[in-house]
Order: sequence, then C-alpha cells, then structure tokens
Amino acid sequence: MSETIAITLTINGESVARDVEPRQNLVDFLRDTLGLTGTRWSCEHGVCGACTLRVNGALTRGCLVFAVQLDGAAVETIEGATQSGSIADLQQEFHRRNAVQCGFCSAGMLLTADTLLREKSDPSREEIRDFISGNYCRCTGYQAIVDAVESVAARRKGGKPKTGKP
Amino acid sequence: MRLLEPELLIDLNGLAELTGIDETAGGLRLGALTRHAELSRSPLVARLAPLLARAAPHIAHAAIRNRGTLGGSLGHADPAAELPACAVALDALLHIQGPKGTRRIAARDFFTGVFSTALIPGEIIVAIEVPKPAPGTLPLFAELARRQGDYAIAGIAGTARLEAGLLREARLVFFGIGDRPVEAPQAAAALVGRQPEKVDAAVAALARDLDPTADLNASAAMKRQLAGVLLGRALGGLMVQAA
Amino acid sequence: MSNPLSFLDRPNSYIGKSVPRPNAKRLLAGRGLYVDDIRLPRLLHLAFVRCPFAHARLKSIDVAAASRAPGVARVFTAKDLAGHYTPWVGVLTHLKGLKSPPQHPLVIEMATWQGEPVAAIAAESRAQAEDAAALVAIDWEPLPPITDMEASLASGATPIHAAMGDNLAFTRNIEAGEVDAAFARAAHIVEEEYSFGRHTGVCPEPRSILADYDASEPRLTVHYSNQAPHMMKEIFARHFGVPEAALRVICNDVGGSYGIKIHVYPDDMTTVLASILLGRPVKFVADRLESFTSDIHAREHRVKARLAVAASGEILAFAIDDLTGIGPYSTYPRTSAVEGNQVVNLVGSWYRAKNYRARLRVAFQNKPPTTQYRAVGHPIAVAVTEALVDRAAEALDLDPAELRRRNLIPDDAYPWTTASGMRFEKLSHQAALEKLLKLMDYDGLRREQAALRKKGVHRGIGLACFVEVTNPGPAFYGIGGAPISAQDGATIRLDPGGSVTVAMSVTEQGQGTEAMVAQIAASALGLALDKVRVVTGDTERTPYGGGTWASRGAGIGGEATLQAAQALKGQILDLAGAMLQTPAAALDLAEGWVVDAAGQRRIALDEVGRAAYFRGDTLPPGVQPEMVATRHYLPRLYPFAFTNGIQACHLELDVETGFIRLLKHWVVEDCGRVINPMLVDEQIRGGVVQGLGGALFEECVYDAAGQLLNGNLADYLVPMAAEMPDIAVAHIETPTLESTLGAKGAGEAGTGGAPAAALNALNDALRPFKVRVNAQPLTPRRILAALGKA
Repeated sequence: MSETIAITLTINGESVARDVEPRQNLVDFLRDTLGLTGTRWSCEHGVCGACTLRVNGALTRGCLVFAVQLDGAAVETIEGATQSGSIADLQQEFHRRNAVQCGFCSAGMLLTADTLLREKSDPSREEIRDFISGNYCRCTGYQAIVDAVESVAARRKGGKPKTGKP
Repeated sequence: MRLLEPELLIDLNGLAELTGIDETAGGLRLGALTRHAELSRSPLVARLAPLLARAAPHIAHAAIRNRGTLGGSLGHADPAAELPACAVALDALLHIQGPKGTRRIAARDFFTGVFSTALIPGEIIVAIEVPKPAPGTLPLFAELARRQGDYAIAGIAGTARLEAGLLREARLVFFGIGDRPVEAPQAAAALVGRQPEKVDAAVAALARDLDPTADLNASAAMKRQLAGVLLGRALGGLMVQAA
Repeated sequence: MSNPLSFLDRPNSYIGKSVPRPNAKRLLAGRGLYVDDIRLPRLLHLAFVRCPFAHARLKSIDVAAASRAPGVARVFTAKDLAGHYTPWVGVLTHLKGLKSPPQHPLVIEMATWQGEPVAAIAAESRAQAEDAAALVAIDWEPLPPITDMEASLASGATPIHAAMGDNLAFTRNIEAGEVDAAFARAAHIVEEEYSFGRHTGVCPEPRSILADYDASEPRLTVHYSNQAPHMMKEIFARHFGVPEAALRVICNDVGGSYGIKIHVYPDDMTTVLASILLGRPVKFVADRLESFTSDIHAREHRVKARLAVAASGEILAFAIDDLTGIGPYSTYPRTSAVEGNQVVNLVGSWYRAKNYRARLRVAFQNKPPTTQYRAVGHPIAVAVTEALVDRAAEALDLDPAELRRRNLIPDDAYPWTTASGMRFEKLSHQAALEKLLKLMDYDGLRREQAALRKKGVHRGIGLACFVEVTNPGPAFYGIGGAPISAQDGATIRLDPGGSVTVAMSVTEQGQGTEAMVAQIAASALGLALDKVRVVTGDTERTPYGGGTWASRGAGIGGEATLQAAQALKGQILDLAGAMLQTPAAALDLAEGWVVDAAGQRRIALDEVGRAAYFRGDTLPPGVQPEMVATRHYLPRLYPFAFTNGIQACHLELDVETGFIRLLKHWVVEDCGRVINPMLVDEQIRGGVVQGLGGALFEECVYDAAGQLLNGNLADYLVPMAAEMPDIAVAHIETPTLESTLGAKGAGEAGTGGAPAAALNALNDALRPFKVRVNAQPLTPRRILAALGKA
C-alpha cells in the first residue's frame, strides 16, 4: 500500500494533473486513470512493443516507466497522433494494404514506423524490418507492414511508391 | 506481475550529476544515466570509445535504448548483456557513491556473478571513466542472437591495434558464455604479431581461456564453437574498418 | 429472379476484389474496443493464485488474510463454487474410447498442471487483487510429475487420474490397403522419427473476459475475447444453470485468437461464477506470465514414420505412429483428441498411395492442457509426409519436385477418397506444383544452390504439398454431442435510406470476416460497399451459429450471406415490381437502383425502402412489405471442404553457427472462390509466419519437475519482423460445387504447410553433410549437434 503523489504532465498537448500511486506504470495510468485506451499492454516486460508511445518526443515503452516519473513530461499516444494528423498517411496505407488485422499491435507499430521515417527518409526493407523488430505482430506476418512503411517513405520523400501493389 | 517487489522506489532520472558525456584529460567520462541511444549518437563516444557505439544498436530496440542506461546495464550485470563486456574490454573505471563516500572499481573487478556486482547495499554507480585509447585502436564486436535485439547467445567485445597490417595488441572479452564477462588473454596473446585473418592459434587458445556454462540456448560445447566463430568474424570486421 | 451465379461477373461486383476492410480504420486510430477497454460500474478485477507445481495435492488453503486485504470484495476457493456449476468433461461420443476426468473451475484437491488456478481474488483493482493473492496461504504436497509422453504410457506408470486407470486418453488405429506387402516389395524404405515441440499461441491481446450478472432480471452478459459467442452462451447455460434466454455473450474486437480463444478455461469459468455469486461485473485479463502457463498449449508430438517407394518412384505406402501429449485433461468442448485424429487422417493423403497404417496414442501428462491451435494437426501431418517424400527422393536420386509430380493425386482423378477415408471433392495439386515451380524459378534456385555450395555457402530449398480442412460439417463435432454448430446464418435488412445491415453469426478477429460479408452482400444487391453495415459477435444481435474455427467464415458464413442477400433481393424486386406494375423477373438491382432488363434505372432503392416502411398506403392491396431475410447454411455433402496448396522455403544455413537465414517463402493456394484476394494473401502470410515460429523458434521448455523454464517473451521466442522473409502468394481457384459461392477456407493453410517447408529446406541444406535434423523447433543447438559441432 503506498500513498499517492501528485503529478502534472502533458498528454497529447493537454495538461493533466493527477495523484498517482508510485507503482502505477504509464500504460495503466493512461488506460485506467485517463480512459485513453488506445495504448495497449500485452507483456508488461518491455518486449512486445504493444505499449510503445512517445515520451518527450522519444519512442518509449509505456510499461517500463512509472507515471510518477513523468511529472513535467510530454506524452504522445495514438489518440494524439491521430488527432494531429501526423500519422494519417501511415494509417491510410496500413488500411489500404491490410497491414492491420486484429489491431492490437497497431498503435505501437504506427508510432514506431513514424519514428523511423522521421529519422530516416529512405529506409531499405531490411532497415524497416530491423526498426520494427521490437513490435510483435502475430496476425500479418509483417510483410504488409513493411510494404506500407516503404510506400509511405517514398511518398513523404516525394517519390512514387516502390512496391508493385497498387 | 511481481517479478520485483521493492519497498522503496527511487527515481534517479532527475539527478543532473549522473548525466553527461565529457572528454577529460584521461579519456572519457560518461554519467551513469547515459542512455544507450546517446552512445550511438555521441561524437565523443565515436572518437574515444567507439566500441560502445558499435555495441549499442544490438541492445534491444529503439524504445528501450531511449531510456535504458549505461549505469543501469552495468549494475544489472546480465551475463548476456553487451555493455558489461564492453566496460571490461575498455578497462573502464566505475565511480561509485554510497553512504560511506565514493570509491572507484575497475570494471574487471566489478562483475561477480549472474546479476551480481561489487556494489554494497546503498551504493550506486555515478559515472564510468574510459581511458583514452592508444592511437590506432579499433573496436571489435560481434554477437550471435536468435533475433535482432535479443540477449546474445554468445558475443565478443574488444579492442585491437593494427600496425602495418599486423595485430600489436588485442583485448578480448566474451559475453553470454559464463556468469559474467570473460576475458580471453591467451587468445589475445596468440593474436599478437599476426594478421587478423590468421585466427587458428587464437581460436585454439580460447579453449584455455573459456569454460562456458550451458544454458537454455546452447550447450557448453556449442558456446565454445560460437566463441571461436565470433572471434574470427570480429577480427574480419576489423579488416573492414582498417581498410 | 436473375441468375444466382451471374452476380459474380457483374461490373460492380466486389467478388474477387481486394478492397480494404470497412470497420478497420478505427483499429488504426486507437479506437478498437477490446474487453480490457470496457468500464462498467462497480467492476471488480480477478487475480488468481495458481499451483506452482506440475502435480500436487492441496492439503490446506487459508484465505483469511487475503479476504481482509484492502479493496478485496471476496476470495473464492473450490468450496465457495461447489454447487453452483456442473463440471465439464472433454469427450465426444464419436471419438470412441476417449476418456477424461471431469474438470472444475478451481482445484479441489489435486492439481495436475503448473498454472492450474486454485483461488480467485475479486478486488477493486487488479493490483489490489494481486496484493491479496500474495496473502493466500497454501500447504501443497508436491507429487511426482509425469511430463514425458513415453513415460506416462510405460507399463507401471502411475495414472495421473486414478479413476482413469491409466494415462492413455485416446487411441486409434487405421489400416488401409496392403501395407506389409507394400513395404515388402519396396525398392527403398524410409524410416524416420520426427518430434515437434510443445508451443502456444501468444495472442497479442491476452485472454480476457468480463462477466456481468444482474440478479434482478436475472441477466448474465459476458464480454469475451473469444471466437464462438453462441457456443460459450450454450456452455454457460449448461454448466451454470442460467436460463438460455437470460444469457448474452458479446465478442467485440479480439486481439488475435488463432484457436486459443475457443476452448473452455477454468479461470474464465471462475470469472463468470464470481460475477453470478457477487452480482457485480467481474473482469479477468491474463497477464503474459500467466498466459504462458494457462493458455492452451499445442503440438507436442513424436511421430515414428515410414514410407515405402518403388524403383519407379511410385510411393507405395505410408505408416506412422503418432504419440501426442495433451496435459492432464482433454479440453472442452472440442476435446484434445481431434489434433492427433487429424494427423492420422491426413498423413500422405494428397498422394495416390492407398496403403496406409497409422496408430495414434494420446497421452495424459502433467503439463498445461493442450489442444487445437491454428491448423490443428496439419503442421505435423504435412511435415511428416513431406519430409518422408524428400527422403524418398534422395534415396531414388530424384529431384523432390519430380517425385511429387509422379505421386500427387492427378487433377482429373476426383472425387477421391483417401486411404484414411477423407473425401476430396476436387483439388489442384498438380497445377499448384507447376505454378509454384515457375513462380519461384525452382530450376534457377537449384542451379544457384549448386554453384554456391562450391563456395561453401549452404542454401536449402524445401517443398511442402498440403491439404487443409475447411468448412467442416456437423460430423466433426456436433455428432459427438458438442454444442458446436457447423451452420451459420445471416440476417440482412434494407433500411429506408437504401443501406443494408447484415447480422452474421461468423465472427471477426481481424481476418476480415466483416469485409467478406459486406462484399458479398453489396455484390448481390448491387450496392456500394459503404452502404453495407455488418454486425457480428453478439448472441443477442446475430443469428445462431458456430463462429470462427476451422477456416469456415467465407465458405459457410459467406454462403449464408449470399443466400440471404438473394432472398432480400427477391423481396425488394417483388415490392418494386408491385410498385412499378412490372414483373419482378424483369427487374434487377444495380448501383443502388432497381433497373429493368435494359439496365435503365426505374426506382431508387431508398425509395423502395421508404415506401415499404413509411408509405404502406401507396402499395397495392394485400401487399405486406418485408425487407429482411434470414438464411442459414450447413454443408451437407462433404464432411469437409478440403483445400490444397504447396509451399516453398528458401533459406541459407550458417554451418559454423547453426543459424538459419530465411531468404524467401512462396505459397500457391487453392481455396476455391476468392472473395478478397488481399485478405486471403494476408491470412496466408500471417499463417506462414506463425508456422515458421513453431518450426524455428517457439517451444515451451520444461524441466524434469514440470516447471516451465521460459514463460516470458524474452526467453520464449516469437517471430519478429527482422527474421521473417517476404512471402509470395499465388492462387488457383477450384470452387466447391456444394455452395453457390464456391468458397472454401484459407485461414490456416499458411500455418499447416510452413513448418514442413522449413524442415525440408533445412535438411536440403544439410545434404552435403549427410546429417538431418528432425526435431522442431529447428534451433542452432540442434543443427550444430547434428553437425557434430556442439
């Protein structure tokens, strides 16, 4: 049993002030306290990537930070990225190419893919596979995701999509 | 999931004195809070401790590397982790602070077993000091893991200095094959005066340096086999760098 | 009424079109609704205390301290649940001799697998429930576990359940043709032993259930991450005594299931009971560590196999002995015998050889319950068959593709009954083989392989022909007494604005059921796709049906949709005809309009809708407008709609380290009529990678004491993106003539054939070294050991 600690942080651009138990991780804080259920948990030990979001602009596992550590921090979740439109091209391409099936990995996968494209404008398929290799997907087998990211990379760069599929 | 149930949780992230990568008279000082991602990006690390930059991309994935720290990895002392072996290979000195004051521990004396270090309760790592490398020192790194980012089944971290195409000095440290980073001095000695591709004597000498422990992934014999392969491949990587 | 088949060829037909899934964009926006997202007033969370031993007797349990812990509403043990349920037994009458003891929600006295739930704590948060769980004091008497399958069946082995007499849960023998004579005259006999490691599903969304019992009505609503809501409703009614009419099961978004979420679990049943007893909503979501020990496991087999082949290359006979370990119980309601049963039914079945002997033994053991998981038995049957065939090719010094060419059932030989009694309507093995060889440039890869071998680069090419069981009829489960429905239904309704709603009893877990249904309905009714809304997964809102399993969504659910849509079309045209004073037979539907024989638009669909619902006064006397139709479909002619295909794996083996690099994978698949090629391709790809996981990476590793050693995602290796290959997929379409749509299933074919292809590719790479690896997963350790380097 632990007392709560007051934190104030920014979630998707909005200031949020809450009292949190020290043992509550960021994913549980978002989902249970704030009702932002778009971020998922699936392993709670940092391996599967379902909880991946951004803290202070950096890709982060939501299950491996405690909410109490994030006083003053800025958190971006799938809800915020959707609302801002910053990943609209990825979402559209994932949809078009069926790079989403059950949807459970998608939030983490999209934010990870977007981060890759911000760091590298022309990743090879191997580089895409390497960068998303920390995001577990059981449904797609990954190829459609790689195709989608490759396609968006080309468009963001101003070129034409590389893969033959229309 | 109750893998850990601490009574007290202390967040170190706000301690500025644990951060920073700085060049010193003796070499490089890295704060314990240096993130793995910083190791890959830092021009100082690239110049003064490139082995760390070579190893960092093998640690898990981007989201982990943004928060995982050098001090954390060393303090956790997972025998299959990259950075403890790198610290030993670089002759790093760990700056420790505790209730009784500060002390320094050499990396080669720091790792005492699986998840065990020379820290006594109440102590934390505050910084890691890496001595300036001799001119011409190159990093050696190779690891074998089933999947990108996994803990290594076996790995090698080290340094070597080439002069006129021959190895003059080598420092070899293996990880993933014992309960802590394991140095291979006899294999290193067998490399001196040779071309990097002539590894047979060094691989044979490994049998005297290493006494691997079996685990879920590999028998002791397999670890021995992999260590020899890794030595050859890491040295092959040296040639590419030197070219 | 227009020709029922012509809708497939219409200009605006969606059949055969790769349209993106409607209802999937929200999954990309973080708006998916999975069970853990649901909030209800006064919701309680369950945590379980589980047996830490593989086999133990519960001597005493003290929950006093746990009951007093902060936030705890109640602690349940077996005695609290007694009398409120009837136990369940995982047997079916048509699996003669299958035996299994009754199962209970919580351990009463004997725990027989590590992870078996023994107490449940309901508290205001999961964390508080876990805090309290740590305070439950249990005195266990550990007992010797039997984990090894052979040991459990050895004479003198202690029965895990005294009442069962021994540990043989099920056995079956098949004897067809003249097996001994075939082996006697064979030019070559191949004899091998294959083993397959126990592994598990690792669904991204862990098992999740939220039961909400309202005692006032009474009404029990269960939100469930599950594939078969109607089946679960039936099971809750049968075992908890809640009236059928008071029950509702809702499956919203499911974060992956692959067969894991279609079985009855003791912790799920405890959750429902907890809600009934507390009169409050209760939620249980397994965390990842407990998933590894409490989700069903799959595929632990050891198969001794022989093949007899003549000098001509004619395969004369297959003979196998399959031993599989299922944990201490046969699961409910599908049983754990079906997996082994499929293995013995399917080995060798796509080849002409009619001499076949098979023995199946299904053994109890002290490991988690083990049962159907995606592709049920096929990964084993295909791997054994195809590995034997490759060995035979080697013995004959024949190319493996050529040996297959000589022995696959010819494409014009159908219908065909296999040695094991399986009936094939029509398959395309020969065509698939030729298509694959061309697609992958087989000859080119073989030439490259030979050249690279000289440089010390070792590549392997592995082929795997296969069949897949799809669209099963009632003889699969229902015949044996299981509340498992082989039929499904669609109710389709026209709304006054001209759009339609389809309520469908097959369910969605991401494979695209809702898209497939929408495409069929839209095509049959001449509507744009965005005018079709599909509802699935709610027993109160959909027709009664079997849900998702055995790749039946398109074949059965799709057919029901088509027939219902055609019936609704008839209603619309009848009404339009009455309104237009034109015979209905002269009318058709296109692009949201009723059109005449010349294609001229006569009346808009929404106008028909408004007339039907609001303007009955304008209709001719006697007309009772009805714009809704329900049709159900049950396969009657064939017990299964078998599909066929062939896969190829191309890999490079590092013989110094034993590491495999997957270069490329190919699949040619014939699943009959393809509704949405993109969705089928993606099912194949996902299935292939799932199969490769079991073949190369995944295994639940146990020590001699029955302790799971690698039950976390760092040590249990699921396939991630960097190690997986691109997968080329091509199709052949041989529709089933049993239904109008002609669709068969495709969900499991990738998983069924991939391990075989990888196994054959590895052993092909190892050929110069004259060693083989026959144990999956094909780990570097096993490979180096075979090479004598470890």
